[in-house]
Amino acid sequence: MRKEDIEHLCWLARIELSDEEKEKFAAQLSEILEYFSILDEADTSDVEPTFHAVGVENVMREDVPEESLDQEDALMNAPRKEKGYFRGPRIL
Amino acid sequence: MLSAVDMSERVRSGENCEEILHEIYERIRSSELNCYITLNDKALDEAVQIDRREGGKSGCGKLLGVPVAVKDCISTRGIRTTCASRILNDYVPPFDATVVAALREEGAIIVGKTNMDEFCMGSTTETSYFGPTLNPHDTSRVPGGSSGGSAAAIAAGETIIALGSDTGGSIRCPAAFCGVVGLKPTYGLVSRYGLIAYANSLEQIGPMASSVRDVALLLDVISLKDRRDSTQVKLPPSDARTNFNADSVLGMSGDDAISSLKGLRIGVPAEFVHGISKDVERAFWSAIHALEDEGASYEEMHMDTMKYALAAYYIIAMSEASSNLARYDGLRYGLRLNRDDDWHTTFSRIRGEGFGEEVKRRIILGTFALSAGYYGRYYLKALKVRTLVKREFESAFRKYDVLATPTMPMTPFRLGERIKDPLSLYLVDVNTVPINLAGVPAISIPCALSPLPVGMQLIASHFEEEKLLKVALACENLMNAHFL
Repeated sequence: MRKEDIEHLCWLARIELSDEEKEKFAAQLSEILEYFSILDEADTSDVEPTFHAVGVENVMREDVPEESLDQEDALMNAPRKEKGYFRGPRIL
Repeated sequence: MLSAVDMSERVRSGENCEEILHEIYERIRSSELNCYITLNDKALDEAVQIDRREGGKSGCGKLLGVPVAVKDCISTRGIRTTCASRILNDYVPPFDATVVAALREEGAIIVGKTNMDEFCMGSTTETSYFGPTLNPHDTSRVPGGSSGGSAAAIAAGETIIALGSDTGGSIRCPAAFCGVVGLKPTYGLVSRYGLIAYANSLEQIGPMASSVRDVALLLDVISLKDRRDSTQVKLPPSDARTNFNADSVLGMSGDDAISSLKGLRIGVPAEFVHGISKDVERAFWSAIHALEDEGASYEEMHMDTMKYALAAYYIIAMSEASSNLARYDGLRYGLRLNRDDDWHTTFSRIRGEGFGEEVKRRIILGTFALSAGYYGRYYLKALKVRTLVKREFESAFRKYDVLATPTMPMTPFRLGERIKDPLSLYLVDVNTVPINLAGVPAISIPCALSPLPVGMQLIASHFEEEKLLKVALACENLMNAHFL
């Protein structure tokens, strides 16, 4: 894995890394991926993937309105808010 | 130290709990271990309320007056919950996790929030933004992780029982390293509502304590049907499997548990014993032979797909993490830097500064495993291998009642020894991660305490917690008599 590959992944994951971190990750991630390649040996032809170990199905409740967080509680952790809204950075 | 079973019994019959809570806080204040990130400043008031039988807490809660430590990835209303991350440094949940509501309902007192690896990503508690927790048996060594604060707090008398969470061994590893008992329940038995997500198809909240009975009691309290968790198992509420009941374990004497070992078939998978350290080998086989002396039989067997389990586990966990941790953008909660730039730059900077190194490494690897061109080779392949691992456990449980392995391949290592080499740290999870892939329950109990603690892992089939705890109870009694 090269530094440019790490930069592309950083963009996809929206994580800014320092140059030093990028170099370090490139080496470490290559080593880890090499270890992961052991899976190439496993014969998984005709094997279905398992997303959940105990065959989870969606558990739905009746669609009835209930009390939920009030606005004050929902906003209590927001670093920036305005007039009862979350305030985000500019988009353009 | 008093057990939770005894203490709640005494408080229910009129004794006070405030003094014990005082002792615990004294110990925490003079401790160098760094078990807690945040203490509950209302705990002593709650104890006084219970002692005065005020506020409706006069009743008969299963954990009345019992101090419980809660891992800091589990939401507690009004008590800061950080996941040991800078990005959640100031986060105070506006709601309780279902398990925390259950604790409060049963009269437990939350001592505080325990230290952990950041977002549960680690096996040593060294990746915490708040500094590492030290192992009470030897403070130069790691307590294991990621629920290291919970395990160390129990071992050091800084709580009586604790909640941890286990994605790939995060309850069992620190239980083994700190010489306490910890259980990872069957996936879907305990509600995950309010557990801050890392790898949602693998993780479960579970009980930790200094005895098997306390673990059973705490599991009883937290295993509740919860319609707010859509990943809980879909079974009718009357099905005993959705609500574990500890009565038959609590009512069993140590001698009865030992007698019930007669005829028990134990499988010992060679793949879990290969390459373990000498100390662990000695303690583990002594324990197996002690079980054999009481009429259990064991057989060494093979589980061929285990060699793929660690790689499959890490690919799945990292992929799920990259998706689950996408929510940290500093908008609704969490770190926000002084100056906003445009949308993408602002979020990228917050995440670059707010997450620690291991969290960033896993998000980036997970992003890679899910990205176009690699999804099939890594993520989908890992899910298929997971099917093979699960099948192998299912076939093992057709032949054996339980499987027994060392929990960790080594005794606790020194702080700083492995943290700089991520892959070498991943490898220590080799005996614990297959259990999460298969979703089966497993418990770690001490089988040696000196010179350093060693844990034995017992594994049972899905929803066989009762059987697992009874075998663990027998082991515990044998270990106490012979080795500890």
